[in-house]
Amino acid sequence: MAEKLRIGVFVCDCGTNIAGFVNVPEVCEYAKTLPDVVYVKENMYTCSNAGIQEIMDAIKKHKLNRVVVASCTPRTHEPLFRKACEQAGLNKFLFEFVNIRDQCSWVHQKEKEKATEKAKDLVRMGVAKARLLEPLKEIKIDVEKKSLVIGGGIAGMTAALSLAEQGFEVYLVEKENRLGGLLNYINQIYPSDANAQQFLEEIVKKVEKEKKIHVLLNSEVESVDGYIGNFNVRIRQKKESEESKEIKEIKVGTIIVAIGAKPYEPMYMYNYDEYENVLTQYDLEKILKEKKIEKWGTIVFIQCIGGRGERVNYCSRICCMNSIKNARILKKLLPDSQIYIIHKGLQTYGTVYEDYCRKAREEGIRFIRVRDSIPIISSLEKRNGKLFVGFYHPGLRRKIELGADSVVLSTPLIQREDAKKISQMLKIPLGQDGFFFEAHVKLRPVDFATDGIYMAGSCRAPADINECIVQALASASRASIPMAKGYVKAEPYTPVIDEERCMGCGVCVEVCPYGAMKLVEKNRRKFAENIPAACKGCGACASSCVHKAINMRHFKDEQIMAQIEEAI
Amino acid sequence: MKDVLIIGGGVAGIQSALDLADRGIHVYLVEKEPSIGGRMALLDKTMSTNDCSICILAPKMNECASHPNIEIMEYSEVIEVKGKAGNFKVKVRRKAKYVDSSKCTGCGDCMEKCPTEIPNEYNSYLDKRKAIFLPFPQAVPRKATIDKEHCLKLTRNRCGLCERICKAGAIDYNQKDKIIELNVASIIVAIGSSLYEPKDLVEYGYGRYANVHTWMEYERLINAAGPTHGHLKCAPDGRRPKKIAFIQCVGSRDVKRCQWCSSVCCMVSIKSAMLANEHYPDLESYIFYSDLRVFSKRFYEYSKRGERDYKVTYIHARPGEIKEDKRTKNLTLYYEDEEKGKINKIEVEMVVLATPIMPSKDARKIAEVLGIETDKYGFIKTVDYTNPVETTKKGIFVAGCCERPKDITESVYQASAASAKAAEIAGD
Ligand SMILES: Cc1cc2nc3c(=O)[nH]c(=O)nc-3n(C[C@H](O)[C@H](O)[C@H](O)COP(=O)(O)OP(=O)(O)OC[C@H]3O[C@@H](n4cnc5c(N)ncnc54)[C@H](O)[C@@H]3O)c2cc1C
Ligand SMILES: Cc1cc2nc3c(=O)[nH]c(=O)nc-3n(C[C@H](O)[C@H](O)[C@H](O)COP(=O)(O)OP(=O)(O)OC[C@H]3O[C@@H](n4cnc5c(N)ncnc54)[C@H](O)[C@@H]3O)c2cc1C
Ligand code: SF4
Ligand code: SF4
Ligand code: SF4
Ligand code: SF4
Ligand code: SF4
Repeated sequence: MAEKLRIGVFVCDCGTNIAGFVNVPEVCEYAKTLPDVVYVKENMYTCSNAGIQEIMDAIKKHKLNRVVVASCTPRTHEPLFRKACEQAGLNKFLFEFVNIRDQCSWVHQKEKEKATEKAKDLVRMGVAKARLLEPLKEIKIDVEKKSLVIGGGIAGMTAALSLAEQGFEVYLVEKENRLGGLLNYINQIYPSDANAQQFLEEIVKKVEKEKKIHVLLNSEVESVDGYIGNFNVRIRQKKESEESKEIKEIKVGTIIVAIGAKPYEPMYMYNYDEYENVLTQYDLEKILKEKKIEKWGTIVFIQCIGGRGERVNYCSRICCMNSIKNARILKKLLPDSQIYIIHKGLQTYGTVYEDYCRKAREEGIRFIRVRDSIPIISSLEKRNGKLFVGFYHPGLRRKIELGADSVVLSTPLIQREDAKKISQMLKIPLGQDGFFFEAHVKLRPVDFATDGIYMAGSCRAPADINECIVQALASASRASIPMAKGYVKAEPYTPVIDEERCMGCGVCVEVCPYGAMKLVEKNRRKFAENIPAACKGCGACASSCVHKAINMRHFKDEQIMAQIEEAI
Repeated sequence: MKDVLIIGGGVAGIQSALDLADRGIHVYLVEKEPSIGGRMALLDKTMSTNDCSICILAPKMNECASHPNIEIMEYSEVIEVKGKAGNFKVKVRRKAKYVDSSKCTGCGDCMEKCPTEIPNEYNSYLDKRKAIFLPFPQAVPRKATIDKEHCLKLTRNRCGLCERICKAGAIDYNQKDKIIELNVASIIVAIGSSLYEPKDLVEYGYGRYANVHTWMEYERLINAAGPTHGHLKCAPDGRRPKKIAFIQCVGSRDVKRCQWCSSVCCMVSIKSAMLANEHYPDLESYIFYSDLRVFSKRFYEYSKRGERDYKVTYIHARPGEIKEDKRTKNLTLYYEDEEKGKINKIEVEMVVLATPIMPSKDARKIAEVLGIETDKYGFIKTVDYTNPVETTKKGIFVAGCCERPKDITESVYQASAASAKAAEIAGD
């Protein structure tokens, strides 16, 4: 490096947060003795407007070419100080953060001397790294203003409509020969009790009328490569009449996954396959839709069949409300019937659902709550043409039997077969429950960790129509961000691959959680190559490479080593 | 591209603001309190991840503060809205803080010295704060506010200490409220919820028995930044509890009080029991419930984990009565033991009541100002269940707990959803 190093160090009091436990003037005096440090300043609040101004002035006045700030935490303040450097004409990656609050003064509140010594150590390490910093450039990637939505259920259609309304072109890919997914099989929808088919028809019409949405029925995504802003997608479409197939290639900026879920079929459970009049909710919807109700005297709904620890280890959220809905419909059609719902704790959360359940009680539906820790029923038998449901009644503290003309089993929604395929194709994870796994459960519920890919609806977790719509709009909002801006910026902390050392083993491709590494062939040899736009700079690849062929920019081995040497 | 107004700076308002701002739309984020953050800023950990609540929220709060497309208007209220979708004319009152925010560095010197102490609403009134204050240490913006109801200078023209102490010269006792006019294309309402007044909860001895708390109080007691620095202490001698009972649905799902289910309290009590056990590994918890609401992603698994790893016992019963031992202040709960078919009792050192999440106290007022409707429960009304973010007026959307009780996850995705709809109007 030709240019002579001129390092400026700013040490912050953070009011009393740091100065109360660390002798800041002493740390400053110490910093002045470090090599290449030409300027040191104590600030009461480095982050205040005055503090920021001082950094900018000092860069100009003292021709600083490296800046070190020792203060609170980079999590909230690094961007601020970097911006100050940039505004004063210094490449913002020539800035180093030293954390002497969260990692020092706050943890050593009772030992002022040790805290001061540790602060000095940390500043010395920071200065050592600053001396080796290199100017870097942020990477700017253009984003295609088109989106791909996989799955044409209520979630996929709603997401497509919102994106179109916001001005983006959308490809809506549906595997079946019609839109609507599960909604096609439903009679009425809770809690409004509106006709499901009318509701669906209206939405399908809107989708078909919208010029910005290209609906591709009988279609599946065959392959996807690329990264945020630039996904290359191959779609295979079956042609209805002939046996022929058509391949369509498109380029999109974002992808929304909305492939839904399917009801669990209780095969070989409770004689479902054997007895007539033992139905699933799915079967019952069909019967109600086709108005083929028989004169049943007693109807027993049984909840959580296969759910809550039986076949799957979750609560399916929609089936309690669904039973209450259908129980109410049946009660209206057959006013003299006895209707029971056997459950493990009803899931009628919120305002409207709780009222819906109360109405059902008032209308004479009977609820029987059983224990959660054992299978919901112990037997389901047919004797003399009548069904008998046996279960342990906790209030009576013994097993009882209910006779029934019809038994309706509530089974959970489970992952569709295609989930695994989509997961592999897009390199997006599935959770243990079989549903897609979000970037953060609380704060990024419809994002994937991989940029540019989002999800909505029952492929995320069982969700009713209301929730599918909310999530679909949410995914449309998230996907609109890079497309509306037209570009994304990637931090330049990307790996540098040493082609001499790289053996093309592909371990880095496997470990990268963001799909940012790929193998390419050059001169008949395989090398790892980084996709900067997708890379998060996490360093997983570098630490997994046994051949030491990967070095991280800004965290290069020699930079880290310099820090470690100062520490010991 | 036109501007959007967001009313309420809780996690929902923050998420709406960030989504819109990131896609290039300028937003005004109007918050009634001196800091954004809402309820989530006051929670200890969040179910079902047990993340530190403020630690995951603070970066988002700071992002709002430094975002070029977001203008935070803290300590402000929307007082008038005219016009229609695409062109609303809004008046906002920015209340006087008696501190010049452009000068205040948030150093805290004034708060240390101010002689006036008042019950601290941000700690559920369990300790005191000063008349000049920050609601909590991570406040955004981190600027002091003087409470004019209690400040000696502003009420009786005495004291004036903070003005003398402030090195930044930020105190301004003559500051006046300001009315600001905005023009926005769409509006998102995210004013959150209120909690049931615990004064009315006579049956379980709240207010009479020292060791009976509401769940919100418990959040502050178990929080390291709270009044007891995260140590659970029981009257009369400050000893820590060995057994805690949580009672669910106290006031919720009750036709005489709040007929709805507050949606999160079952899971929150499981979380609270887990946190207590993490602090004190021998601590046992008993959760008295009627239906355990475990419907969301990974909730059921979480409830099982509580039982397996954190000494949580679920009891399907509603305690009829609690008696306090006059000397030890321990509490004995009497309940019908379903398994045994008789009245049973259990003695614990602390009881936590899951009280209802109510419509925000401001819901009706805001609805009136905006010309939108509230539903029969008092929450902000949506057109119907298949239009889940649209209020009864075009161009005005809703997100978070002000629509109905929900957890953070659902508040966040509803907030993004509201942004999508707001952007459909504001975004061309
Ligand atoms: C019996 C029953 C009754 C119900 N009753 C109600 C009710 O009354 N009220 C209510 O609110 N909710 C109800 N629900 C829930 C509601 O119907 C669903 O949650 C909702 O329809 C799910 O929508 P979705 O878009 O997420 O998924 P889906 O409807 O499952 O749609 C997903 C779509 O993706 C397609 N797809 C799958 N894989 C691929 C692929 N690889 N490529 C392309 N496309 C693919 C599928 O063909 C499907 O069309 C009920 C559910 C059931 C099972
Ligand atoms: C005790 C308790 C524990 C909880 N624990 C968890 C948990 O562990 N995990 C979880 O997921 N959820 C939990 N929740 C639920 C969680 O708090 C809410 O989901 C979340 O805070 C809702 O966010 P919000 O933005 O809708 O409302 P809030 O966080 O309440 O924010 C609303 C904001 O609007 C402001 N405001 C109000 N009126 C006005 C007005 N007129 N003008 C301007 N601004 C206004 C308020 O000051 C506030 O800042 C808990 C709730 C409680 C009560
Ligand atoms: S929603 Fe009801 S029936 Fe379905 S799994 Fe959950 S508790 Fe069981
Ligand atoms: S640094 Fe992380 S994100 Fe980037 S290529 Fe390596 S493993 Fe992938
Ligand atoms: S008003 Fe003055 S003393 Fe108080 S926090 Fe602000 S700068 Fe510090
Ligand atoms: S003037 Fe008011 S706010 Fe300031 S120190 Fe005195 S009482 Fe406190
Ligand atoms: S979430 Fe649980 S405690 Fe809260 S009201 Fe609903 S059922 Fe009762």
